[in-house]
Amino acid sequence: MPLIEFTDKGLYCTAGDFYIDPWRPVPYAVITHAHSDHARYGSGVYLCHHLTKPLLQLRLGNNSYEAVAWNEAVYRNGVKISLHPAGHIIGSSQIRIEHKGEVWVVSGDYKTVDDGISHIFEPVRCHTFITESTFGLPIYQWQSQSIIFEQIGNWILRNQEQNISSILIAYSLGKAQRILQAIESVTDTIWVHGAIWNTHQTLKAAGIHLPEVKRVTAETLKADLKNAVVIAPPGADGSPWLKRFNPYAVGVCSGWMQVRGNKRRNNADAGFVLSDHADWNGLLSAIEATGAQKVFVTHGFQSVLSRYLNEKGIEAAEVKTAYGEEEVEKEDTP
Amino acid sequence: MSKSGLELFAQLIGELDSSTKTNDKLFALSNYFSQAPMPDRVWVIALFSGRRPRRIVGSTALQIWCAAQTALPDWLLAECYHTVGDLAETIALLLPGNTHSTDTHNLSYYIEALQKLEKESEETKRHFVITQWQQLHKDALFAFNKLITGGFRIGISQKMMVNALATSVQLDPSIIALRISGKWDPATTSFEALLSNDPQEKDFSKPYPFYLAHALEEAPQNLGDIEEWQAEWKWDGIRGQLIKRNGEIYVWSRGEELMTDKFPEYASLKNKLPDGIVLDGEIIPAKNGQPLPFALLQTRIGRKNISKKQLEEVPIAFFAYDLLEWQDQDIRDWPLEKRVHLLSNIVNNANLPHQLLLSKPIQATSWEELITIRNDSRSMLAEGLMLKRKNSIYQVGRKTGDWWKWKIDPLTIDAVMIYAQKGHGRRSNLYTDYTFAVKDGDKLVSFTKAYSGLTDKEFLQVDDFVKKNAIEKFGPVRTVKPELVFEIAFEGIAASNRHKSGVALRFPRILRWRKDKTVDDINTIADLKKLLALYGK
Repeated sequence: MPLIEFTDKGLYCTAGDFYIDPWRPVPYAVITHAHSDHARYGSGVYLCHHLTKPLLQLRLGNNSYEAVAWNEAVYRNGVKISLHPAGHIIGSSQIRIEHKGEVWVVSGDYKTVDDGISHIFEPVRCHTFITESTFGLPIYQWQSQSIIFEQIGNWILRNQEQNISSILIAYSLGKAQRILQAIESVTDTIWVHGAIWNTHQTLKAAGIHLPEVKRVTAETLKADLKNAVVIAPPGADGSPWLKRFNPYAVGVCSGWMQVRGNKRRNNADAGFVLSDHADWNGLLSAIEATGAQKVFVTHGFQSVLSRYLNEKGIEAAEVKTAYGEEEVEKEDTP
Repeated sequence: MSKSGLELFAQLIGELDSSTKTNDKLFALSNYFSQAPMPDRVWVIALFSGRRPRRIVGSTALQIWCAAQTALPDWLLAECYHTVGDLAETIALLLPGNTHSTDTHNLSYYIEALQKLEKESEETKRHFVITQWQQLHKDALFAFNKLITGGFRIGISQKMMVNALATSVQLDPSIIALRISGKWDPATTSFEALLSNDPQEKDFSKPYPFYLAHALEEAPQNLGDIEEWQAEWKWDGIRGQLIKRNGEIYVWSRGEELMTDKFPEYASLKNKLPDGIVLDGEIIPAKNGQPLPFALLQTRIGRKNISKKQLEEVPIAFFAYDLLEWQDQDIRDWPLEKRVHLLSNIVNNANLPHQLLLSKPIQATSWEELITIRNDSRSMLAEGLMLKRKNSIYQVGRKTGDWWKWKIDPLTIDAVMIYAQKGHGRRSNLYTDYTFAVKDGDKLVSFTKAYSGLTDKEFLQVDDFVKKNAIEKFGPVRTVKPELVFEIAFEGIAASNRHKSGVALRFPRILRWRKDKTVDDINTIADLKKLLALYGK
């Protein structure tokens, strides 16, 4: 029997009797990171990293949580479980499982480059690697963060010259914190949408150092929002909530901005190719570094990546999961 | 450092791509027209008005060369292409691009260099293209590739281009529109000659910009007294202008394509029409003055050489409904009634009832009577009626008020989606191109594709469904669980032995997503055959 099976509830370890990122309620869930398609309601116990716990509390409320540090072993029925940095967002972890000398690693979502706020990705040797493939095509090759940050900074400065507010669309958990580094070098005041504010407060309380931000509320004076620099979640894009910033320009921060058609579909004034997922070369180098003999490819371009790996002599198969290509954002009140 | 012509062009594409407002696009264009090198300006007008240079390298060759440069397998390159939906962009994304600054040339340099390669060997072409791929920056790579593959899909209407040019050229917008439509070769035309106040030679082929109508959404009674209006059949053909000047005949389509050579029938008009006239009308296949289905016209326009058999089976006529020029004089500001009166004299005098017909105004004394007549449109092989104010002048472009198209409701059928494929352009990496089926006993039979009619949000939902419910994969096509039901609208139906279902639809599109229906509720092949028997003649 394989160490991990693919069931209709999610990835299941029979020997240890636990699930990883299940999409239905289960008694014991090991969670890679706090994005809503990986961490869902209703499970009995959630095992996660210390930094993920407060985010799960924010998003899922009070549950039974077990928090561990990276590389700290937990045993279930003789199966050794440990978490290792995945570099995707704050607290995001790969799950390493060891049983009778056999090692499997579940990547969750990951990126291999250092973004300055999520702990850098740690390659973990294993026999079997279960990898994501969100950007598993060679057209997805990211430029370095510093170049993209410079683009964002210049865009804000250009908008300010023309007295236009700059609205940056970024996921409330992950991208929103990451781009603060780009924004704080060009402006003193950073405004955020309520959904981002909540995440921000949670992370600060957990001891993460982040720049000061101001929350946009119904009481915020329009005069204060002139020429503002604002971070808002994808749900706010195109909504009436943006009207208060008029005149404004919208810049979307996402790996999908790599392709013109996507940019045009988003109707954004600017697209910044900034992703929290590994690009094509990142995926290949991560897979190679594990030394795995067998690779399962999940959510994304799984058929392409697994075929490519097979042709390169790495045994691979695609697996269907319920993880999304993009995080589903809850519409929080602003 | 000042930018080269190609870099300026690449920047223009970037700006047009990322601007969401018409004014920003206009600003980017007029900015470009005021600073780009002169020969490049001419090429940009040409490229954005559909005059792409002759293609000298095929898609397959480009894919092979790119695969060799990037050491990627062919199938992976094909996957990338299906996702991006644009070969030029796919290649630009895959190639590393030059990260050092190197000298690049004007846009016209690259276009001319490519044109010179036309007769050269495949190896010479390959060498040139790969040299550019290695020398150009990533941003410029896309622009360069587009010069080979064409099809900018950049959303620049002729009107926007005219307005942008009008800011840097001292000419009336309608004159600019007149100049840039029509026949001119960007390789031999200078910017000054194209847009000068005093052209060196007269272009006898030049058509006028078409006057287009909006759809009538309200009751016709709201238009006022029917006596002030002229009604005509709205024919289902190709809108065109038939020009006789300087002893020659020219035929233009509304897409501003010179189509004279496609329709040898019109040559017989040369000796029968007076000089110095421009007719507006419909290019339609017709026998004995009766229109034939549009599907037959399509068998003619796709061909370079037309056989004798086709000329006999699908003869083309011109149904004229307006006169824009008479005795070399622009009469577009005359009232419609006067223009049509002159037109009917010209058509009668020509006396060529198989080639040139007058699209006669319909006589009706009340709107109610006209509504009854309109209900007969399908049997006339018309799409409905046109309503034109009798004293209207012939305007430029799509204008509200004086002309209305009043189409009949389309035919519809409920069908289930069975295949999906990713779209192009702004639909890249989204499953937006669908094939639909009706029931044939307990089987499903595909009968049409449709690409339009859903909102962006609905496309996202269907895309999500396809990704989760794909059954099999045939190249870029996915077979999906037959579950989603859509109401398909179409303008006409004809028998076809090219399609499994035995029918071909005219202008099929999605009317609405029938979330209230299941696959058990869809129409049958018998229903389609019934429509064919009713309307397929």
